[in-house]
Amino acid sequence: MKWFWCLFFAFWPIVAIVLCLLAPGFDWWFPGKAESPLGGRIDDLFYMILWITTVTFIGTQIALAYVLFKGASNTEPGAENEKAWFSHGSHQLEVIWSSVPAVILLFIAFYQLEVWAEYRVKDAFPRERMEAVFERIHQDRQKNDSLALAEVTARQFEWRIRYPGFNADGTLKALMPDPQPTDLYAVNDLHLPASAPVMINLRTQDVQHSFFLPELRIKQDAVPGLVIPIWFEANHQRSYQLLCAELCGWGHYKMNARFVAESDEGFIEYLRQLEREQNEDRVDDTPDTDEEE
Amino acid sequence: MSSVAATTETADHGHHARSDDLLALLKAAPFWSTDHKVIGIQFLLTTLFTLMVGGALALGVRWQLAFPWENMPFFGALVPATAGGQIPPEFYTMLFTMHATVMIFLVIIPILAGAFGNFLIPLMIGADDMAFPMLNALSYWFMWPAIACFTCSFCVGGGPASGWTSYPALSALAQAAPGSGWAQNWWLLGVTFVGFSSMMGSINYMTTIINMRAPGLTLFRMPLTIWSMFITAILQAFALPVLTAAGFMLVADRMLGTCFFVPAGLIVNNADPTVGGGQTLLWQHLFWFYSHPAVYIMLLPAMGMVSDMLACMCRKPIFGYKPMVYSMSAIAGLGFIVWGHHMFTSGMNPALGMTFMISTVMIALPSAVKVFNWIGTIWGGKPEFNVVFLNCIAFVSMFIVGGLSGIFMAAVPVDIYIHDTYFIVAHFHYVLFGATLFGVFGAIHFWYPKMFGRYMSEGWGKLHFFLTFVGFNGTFFPMHLLGVAGMPRRYADPYLYPYLEHFLPMNQFMTICAAIMGFAQFILIGNFILSWFWGEKSGRNPWNANGLEWATPSPPGHGNFDIPPVVYRGPYEYASPDTDADFWPQTQPPDPAT
Ligand code: HEM
Ligand SMILES: [Cu+2]
Ligand SMILES: [Cu+2]
Repeated sequence: MKWFWCLFFAFWPIVAIVLCLLAPGFDWWFPGKAESPLGGRIDDLFYMILWITTVTFIGTQIALAYVLFKGASNTEPGAENEKAWFSHGSHQLEVIWSSVPAVILLFIAFYQLEVWAEYRVKDAFPRERMEAVFERIHQDRQKNDSLALAEVTARQFEWRIRYPGFNADGTLKALMPDPQPTDLYAVNDLHLPASAPVMINLRTQDVQHSFFLPELRIKQDAVPGLVIPIWFEANHQRSYQLLCAELCGWGHYKMNARFVAESDEGFIEYLRQLEREQNEDRVDDTPDTDEEE
Repeated sequence: MSSVAATTETADHGHHARSDDLLALLKAAPFWSTDHKVIGIQFLLTTLFTLMVGGALALGVRWQLAFPWENMPFFGALVPATAGGQIPPEFYTMLFTMHATVMIFLVIIPILAGAFGNFLIPLMIGADDMAFPMLNALSYWFMWPAIACFTCSFCVGGGPASGWTSYPALSALAQAAPGSGWAQNWWLLGVTFVGFSSMMGSINYMTTIINMRAPGLTLFRMPLTIWSMFITAILQAFALPVLTAAGFMLVADRMLGTCFFVPAGLIVNNADPTVGGGQTLLWQHLFWFYSHPAVYIMLLPAMGMVSDMLACMCRKPIFGYKPMVYSMSAIAGLGFIVWGHHMFTSGMNPALGMTFMISTVMIALPSAVKVFNWIGTIWGGKPEFNVVFLNCIAFVSMFIVGGLSGIFMAAVPVDIYIHDTYFIVAHFHYVLFGATLFGVFGAIHFWYPKMFGRYMSEGWGKLHFFLTFVGFNGTFFPMHLLGVAGMPRRYADPYLYPYLEHFLPMNQFMTICAAIMGFAQFILIGNFILSWFWGEKSGRNPWNANGLEWATPSPPGHGNFDIPPVVYRGPYEYASPDTDADFWPQTQPPDPAT
């Protein structure tokens, strides 16, 4: 029986590894290649950690299997030693197996800092590239206007999106912190320019939600009472899944929405379309988002 | 092996004297008692029961993920909250909330500190009872109001619906989760009672371990189980008040109209906008300031017990005793400065995120050191592959997975993506079930003879182990893949999303494995109960172990030690060349001849 158990403990890590190797083939893996530069870097970090942990996993499981097989053979009749190895440990080994992982772990920690900073630290935001977008879409803005192109407000159980409206001369206004009469609204459908960093202001009207774009590897909680700016950059002009990642009530699972990354012209055209629709509806339908604040 | 014979003799002696009273501890279990052993067994029986309840709730969750919106067999008819057997999304939310609540507050924490802490601490340090026996009894009986509150919450109150983490504003505003108005209050009250219970235990354990050790039992001769219980008690004492206070603040927000956690201007469910200037993030900070140390409260005692069991089963001293103690202390210390890793995506100051990342990554270090030392302990040993040993190996093997997945999440950029996905669920089940529960299963088999004077069945124990291990990995390993695929946790119906549709078969497979694992627990319960009556009788020291607890009769009478123990050495002198036997009990005086 003891040999069976040795094999048993040696066997399961093999199954685990094989499963992980096969997983991408079955599409049990990331939802496609990362669709944003930052997402790509997140994936790279993921794979780097995956390598390090896989080696550690295999190493420790082999060591475990080895000591098990060795232990089992120690209890065979006629094994050399009557007693187990009388050892209270080894100072040298302790030093090695504390310092080597320490170095690796510190490396992992510091190696990540840059990506994190780029994603979240304001000074590291790609401001210039964002401003280039404003230029291309002819946004009429002052220096201190918000960098965000849209405000996304989560509520139970949908995403409401507010865009700035147009000036009389046809230029796009800047997004104001408070709703403006000219603002444009949409629900569960976020459109933004592709292939450039774009920013949204994320907030929630009720409980906490979390803005999750799995294909772009972007996630940010929408925290009651806070307005959180986040930026992302979609690599392609296509539609992406947007969903909620923080428990927000019974309907948490159905905050299904999409994010459409478009060409600059497509984005403006989309806003124009919204404006037309909204002007038609305005007579009988005041958007209840106005109630906010 | 002369000394083995000697112990068996004394064991027989003890056993004859008390043979009619073998069930004494058991008989006392339903009643008020201040004997730490009875209290320990009371905790154990209660938590085994709540384990089954928590498991049943989990199977409800699994049912929905495998067969969304289909009628649940059997249970459907029993539970009125289901719509004719179907799980509505509100009920799904309650199911996973209650599952986590029961497992964390009513199973893992009380089974470690309550059951084994109580039973083992006085026995292993050579004391006749805890320092405060009355407080100890109260700590058990405070579990019942907690259980009552949670039951009310689930059955009468409408069900708490904001997860075990209870983030406001969802948990603070009754209108955010219709129907859960009273449930959330009951839930908070339940957590408070559990807190009382743990706090009474924790003070008791610290005092007992500091003051009541047998002569000769210096700190560095204490078994690692005692070290782990001691460190756990300290963690409890420092972390728990924060949760209790936060809980009261949340209750006040709900019932007295305060606004600790509620910012102004929230319009929830078309109600009037909220007033006040609270911060929801404050709750997250307070909650995790407790709950991160708490995850170690849910692990350290198992680490200690596994260390003791491994040394005994391998007939070999523990490898690196002091590094083990230091790494446990390091885990406890670092455990207080990593709580922010649960909040990386919450929008807290990014510089804080960086510091939390570094401390979190570093907490993997002492964990790794412990793993290496456990492997070192088995290395060159002569293990008997019994149920205890198998469960301990499972502990080590599973903990490796949980520790390694922790590194992914500790890396903030990666956590941006995997936060709140099934990757997290995989991670904490590998540490909490894979490590802690397997450790507990081992401990039950190991100390059962001391509790009841009989062995549990090896055969059934192995079957239970096999099914649990296979079922566990079948259920939880694929969750890593679900997480990488971006499947969010706490979703009643992930298949609404095209990119997750193809995971249905995998989820069905996981549910089948979960059912196997769940039903396998009946084997444990059956084995536990039947062995009281028909288990093979054991002597004082059935495993030829060194610890002080084995110097008492099995089961120990009131006051524990028939011969007051004096300690001559540490608990890990197995295979010592200085003695003939392969073990050397802590109480055995050194041979005057040498
Ligand atoms: C190697 C050491 C470990 C590291 C680096 C680590 C890291 C983390 C991180 C970063 C998270 C948050 C993930 C997220 O929500 O995005 C987390 C969650 C969690 N960890 Fe660990 N962990 C470690 C060990 C443990 C241990 C030993 C336990 C318990 C015994 C544990 C229990 C948990 C639990 C319960 C959660 C999730 C709580 C929830 O969101 O419901 N972890 N861990
Ligand atoms: Cu949600
Ligand atoms: Cu944590």
